[in-house]
Amino acid sequence: MMFGPPAAMAAMGTSVARLHEYQGKALLKEHGIAVPKGSVASSPAEAERIARELGGPVVLKIQAWTTGRAAIGGVKFADTPEEAAIATKELLDITVGNFPVEQVLVEEKIAIKHELFVSLTVDDAARAPMILLALEGGTGIEDRAGDVAKLPVHVRDGVDRDSLDHAIGNSSLPKAQHAPLAEAVASIATVAKSVEARSVEINPLVVTDDGRVMAADCRMTVDDYAVFRHPELGIDIARELDHPPTALERIAYHVEEADHRGTFYFAQLNTKPDAGSKGLVGFHGAGGGGSMMSMDAITNVGFTIANFTDTSGNPSAAKVYRAARIILSQPDLCGYFGSGSGVASQEQFWSAYGLAKAFWELELSIPAVIRLGGNSEDRAIDILQDACTDLPAAIEGYRKDDTPGVIGQRFASLVIAASATWQPRSPRKPSFVGTSGATSFAITGGTVWIDTPRWNDALPTVQEFAPGLFDADTSAPTLAIDAEAFAGKDSELIACEVECRRRGCDAVFVELDIPGLTEVAGGAH
Amino acid sequence: MAIIIDETKRVCIQGITGREGRARAALMLGYGTNVVAGVTPKKAGEEVLGVPVFDSVKDAVTATGGIDISVILVPAKFVKSAALEAIGAGVKLLLIVPDRVPMWDAMEIADAAKTAGAQFIGPNTLGVLSPGRAVIGMMGGKAESAKAWFKPGPVGVISRSGGMSSSTAYYLGKAGIGISTIVHVGGDSVLGMRIPDVALQFENDPDTHAIVIFGEIGGSMEEDLAALMTAGKVTKPVVAYIGGKAAKEGTRFSHAGAIIEGNRGTHISKTTALRNAGAIVVDGFGDLPEAAKKALESTSVRSM
Repeated sequence: MMFGPPAAMAAMGTSVARLHEYQGKALLKEHGIAVPKGSVASSPAEAERIARELGGPVVLKIQAWTTGRAAIGGVKFADTPEEAAIATKELLDITVGNFPVEQVLVEEKIAIKHELFVSLTVDDAARAPMILLALEGGTGIEDRAGDVAKLPVHVRDGVDRDSLDHAIGNSSLPKAQHAPLAEAVASIATVAKSVEARSVEINPLVVTDDGRVMAADCRMTVDDYAVFRHPELGIDIARELDHPPTALERIAYHVEEADHRGTFYFAQLNTKPDAGSKGLVGFHGAGGGGSMMSMDAITNVGFTIANFTDTSGNPSAAKVYRAARIILSQPDLCGYFGSGSGVASQEQFWSAYGLAKAFWELELSIPAVIRLGGNSEDRAIDILQDACTDLPAAIEGYRKDDTPGVIGQRFASLVIAASATWQPRSPRKPSFVGTSGATSFAITGGTVWIDTPRWNDALPTVQEFAPGLFDADTSAPTLAIDAEAFAGKDSELIACEVECRRRGCDAVFVELDIPGLTEVAGGAH
Repeated sequence: MAIIIDETKRVCIQGITGREGRARAALMLGYGTNVVAGVTPKKAGEEVLGVPVFDSVKDAVTATGGIDISVILVPAKFVKSAALEAIGAGVKLLLIVPDRVPMWDAMEIADAAKTAGAQFIGPNTLGVLSPGRAVIGMMGGKAESAKAWFKPGPVGVISRSGGMSSSTAYYLGKAGIGISTIVHVGGDSVLGMRIPDVALQFENDPDTHAIVIFGEIGGSMEEDLAALMTAGKVTKPVVAYIGGKAAKEGTRFSHAGAIIEGNRGTHISKTTALRNAGAIVVDGFGDLPEAAKKALESTSVRSM
């Protein structure tokens, strides 16, 4: 994966696991389900050209993940190519949430006789897919649950044909359309399986005046976990978000992709505090449930969460470091709040090393409260607090016996006392880094720098926290293991960096790349 | 008694020679689990912490005279074939620890398990632990922590979150309430054993007198449990916390597919369903221990 500045990434066309209508329709078409003729446009001129090629009245629809596009003016009709251009200009001016509309689907206008609703979802109780089919379809479907047929789908064999034929056979739809409708519904299960979709919704599936069966809309979400075996979909952000990925979300996703030690999830929720809020908080959770519970706790004491972050499942120190750097690339934060379940199975000192390194590099100037409860919590808290004593902000670690409610209150009082606002800045590094007086070794995603003249002072600490990596009896650092094995020891080396600094010998520095972050965070140090 | 796991169950670890496999084998053995075999293709004849390694689950079954539970600790993309292998070898209970298992793989495993009369827990589970007896998976992380954190007693814990299953059991223990078994059902959308399935097992366990649930938004497990309570199939007191009240309810919960399921999946639908069925639902996670204590008092059972 090549990295570039965020603008370049956007130009490459980032796709996420939730597909736009036009992408879903292309898949339907591949599997034999008819869709209206059309194409996607990102400018009025392009829309005009497409409309001209279609040669008749067209419908224009914004490509955005929102329900009720018509209600926000996101669907327009045009009789001529010129009208299509004007309509497209208006549609491209719409913003959905914080995100401008970037594409408009231009399609032939079809004359609809009947509308049906079809969706495939997973029935968690049956542990199998199911299809919901409403023969009277269309808007207001949620009020007519009784009219919906639930068709079982077998994971390998597809939809149950008897149930399907029964549902369609009992309908008032013209007999001539029964077979093609059944075929279309059955094909939806085939499409879903072939791309490993988590859900497919066609609302409406239509019968046209001239008797054709067509998918007039399509919402499809691919299972995040299966994206790796579907390169044909061109999805490079395997995340389901309710907005197009932000620059930081893209950067975070690529960090996660490059390091499979533990899980890292990052999603931006707010860029401004809610009305009456105590402020915008950089949130760093651990574990899905623990993060959610902690988020509830911090919201309950009156804060707005800037982002959701989860580093868990025994993450490397490097991953936690990168997560902290990304969280602190958001402007206008009043504090940094970290908390997971409180009783973590993972060794918490790795997280403490990652956080301590990030906070030191950025000279953190807003309060940080981190609940590090779980295995090795005493050691973790000692590392975090001791390594951060020289920083301008209050940085406090807490144990499993400190409840989220109590530390939420503590966080609030620290934030009020500090009354500081964070702006992203570039990280500092020790002065020997990059000089000829330093020895460097490549590691995965970065470089470790050692201040050669102080090697003998640093060596006992290095041997304690990364035993066996370096030869013990040399005046300058030399590797005791092969370079490839050494490259994967980034967590141990981060421990050495932090521990050497704690002992007054700032002679080891692990420089870790976060591609694209400088361009987004910017700022002078 | 406990449910699912105790010291008598014969356990196999698939992927025992890997990094995760070794670490979790140490936890399970150190806590008292009867780990009788490990499986890694082409590693037959090796030993991990004294546990013999076999090429296949079938070989392990033959050599040891039977496996009750197979714990799967292989990378996510190999989980399906590992699970189908264990089911094919006649193992009746699987614990699928890894996360990121593709959903259609999980559904295929479910189909094979149903046909074979087998069950599974997970994917994406920290495991199951019966305090003072045995553990499968990685709950507690290390044997010494697991021994220190979890106390035996009358409450069954079911959680949708791994971290919060440990956390829930730990805070109950601190409040003087012991646990019969802690079950993390897993964090994915397609799970083998769901909250209602586990609740039915606790209902039949003479040593469990109350059930504590850490639920979350999404899916229908909490509502299904409420239905079992209303139907009189789960009669022991249920205490629950549902996480995710502050989470944004995005389009995932507002499109028609979810809505025509009958307003299921939201925080309010879960808390309402459980309350109407007679459960105690607390608003703060920190309120769970006191509510559990009250529930136990109603059954006149001592909390440890």
